[in-house]
Amino acid sequence: MHNKTIAELSQGLSAGEYSSTELTQDFLRRISTLDKKYNSFITLTPEQALAAAELADQSRAAGNAGAFAGIPMAHKDIFCTNGIKTTCASKILDNFIAPYDATVVEKFKLAGAVCLGKTNMDEFAMGSSNETSFYGPVRNPWDTDCVPGGSSGGSAAAVAARLAPGATATDTGGSIRQPAALCGVTGLKPTYGRVSRWGMIAFASSLDQAGPIAQTAEDCAMMLNVMAGFDVKDSTSIDRAVPDYSQDLNNSLEGLRIGLPKEFFTDGLDPAIAQCLQAAVREYEKLGATVTEISLPHSDLSVPVYYVIAPAECSSNLSRFDAVRYGYRCDDPQDLEDLYKRSRGEGFGREVKRRILVGTYALSEGYFDAYYLKAQKLRRLIKEDFVKAYDEVDVIMGPTSPSTTFKLGEKTTDPVSMYLADIFTISTNLAGLPGMSVPCGFVDNKPVGLHVIGNYFDEARLLNVAHRYQQVTDWHQQTPEGI
Amino acid sequence: MTIERTDVQNAAHLARIAIDENSIDEFTQDLANILALVDQMQAVNTDNIEPMAHPTDAVQRLRPDQVTEVNQREHFQALAPATENGLYLVPKVIE
Repeated sequence: MHNKTIAELSQGLSAGEYSSTELTQDFLRRISTLDKKYNSFITLTPEQALAAAELADQSRAAGNAGAFAGIPMAHKDIFCTNGIKTTCASKILDNFIAPYDATVVEKFKLAGAVCLGKTNMDEFAMGSSNETSFYGPVRNPWDTDCVPGGSSGGSAAAVAARLAPGATATDTGGSIRQPAALCGVTGLKPTYGRVSRWGMIAFASSLDQAGPIAQTAEDCAMMLNVMAGFDVKDSTSIDRAVPDYSQDLNNSLEGLRIGLPKEFFTDGLDPAIAQCLQAAVREYEKLGATVTEISLPHSDLSVPVYYVIAPAECSSNLSRFDAVRYGYRCDDPQDLEDLYKRSRGEGFGREVKRRILVGTYALSEGYFDAYYLKAQKLRRLIKEDFVKAYDEVDVIMGPTSPSTTFKLGEKTTDPVSMYLADIFTISTNLAGLPGMSVPCGFVDNKPVGLHVIGNYFDEARLLNVAHRYQQVTDWHQQTPEGI
Repeated sequence: MTIERTDVQNAAHLARIAIDENSIDEFTQDLANILALVDQMQAVNTDNIEPMAHPTDAVQRLRPDQVTEVNQREHFQALAPATENGLYLVPKVIE
């Protein structure tokens, strides 16, 4: 059962082939035997899961269950879950039992989903390898000496190892798409404001967005149907009708205009990855798409701009961790300043401190104009490049990640080399556009992701574009050895 | 722009983060590398470009000034490191 997609499991539950209780027990058993190898979960919630499964079985029997009722899944540990430990993979929240549900969590509960547990991640979503977690790194199911990507490494690895058919994730600079690519699964970052951020622990508020990771685009559509929508509790949530994302999956791609930015296909791109992408583009041509070269002239500035804006916003957001209202407090504080400084110094990991310091520096007196204001201006140029490109094309394609998965420890000593892991995904966040990563091949048995970027609120088209590709390829169906 | 040990110490103070003496050099080097990456921005002329604070240039929504939340003080204070009589406790601030 564990290799089935959410869509298949939903049909199986409807047909009475198995109950949600059986499914849930199966996934819980898999996690307890296999996750020692991957460390993809921080917290397991078997009791709550089995209770939710029983409820779902009852509502299925009563004939009033929706498509998601009884489907096991997992939440990234960045989403607050009422009564359940919510850590953001940080020591500073190791003792934090969230007193409420995030809107995303509430929506999945209302849909009857069964939460198996909370997935591991980079601390406060800051990282591209899942190595900054207080709970230890996640290992990539394709090669356990390698990273799963990050920050949603636990969600991506759990889906790749078939420990859950789907998991929620968040993406500030690539944190859904890059781990999806490195683990050979499908991930979607929606348009900024499409999914509520309420109860999702903030990293960089003008960039953060939640989305699904699953085996297929069809499953991502089912998950986005649950997640998307206006939320009065999130001031940046956008009040706009939500389409049925499953409805247009099978639309023809005849006449689809694909843009390939010349800046993404330079000599610097790994030739083996470039080959996978070219093969994917040929599949799209067979499906009736036309391909043109486009230019995103400011894309080389996206990493520098991001590493001002994201740390600046993080330094402000993370000031809430003050050791007064909740979270870790140091022993025997001498005075209030000592309480703040030592609690935060001991509670935050190295990368989080690094980013808070960069952000604080960039926002401090005398540097604001040169860093933050400059970055905000360049952010507009980056966005305008995309707006111009979408006059000519419907979707933009490129690599999700400049490399396949890399060895644990390979980039931890050099923050800047780690930051470049998100070189192709960051501009999407800066512009606020939706983007997907779709499995499109392997290099040395390591998965490669195709990055598909859409226009604002064009998630249905992205899912359609990904789904049609998955109808004619089987990259997304391949599993690591032994899974 | 070059960054010195004192810049790191100053930022750490502003951010209220204790950093032990022997890791200041390492943080200084890390920050210098990150700022060197960031300094690529300075090569582009951005005169007359409006800074962008929000991806879709949205503005803050307003709502009627009405109480919408119920008081959950006990529920929230159950999470606090130290409380007394409904108050959060911190080391003495005023002598």
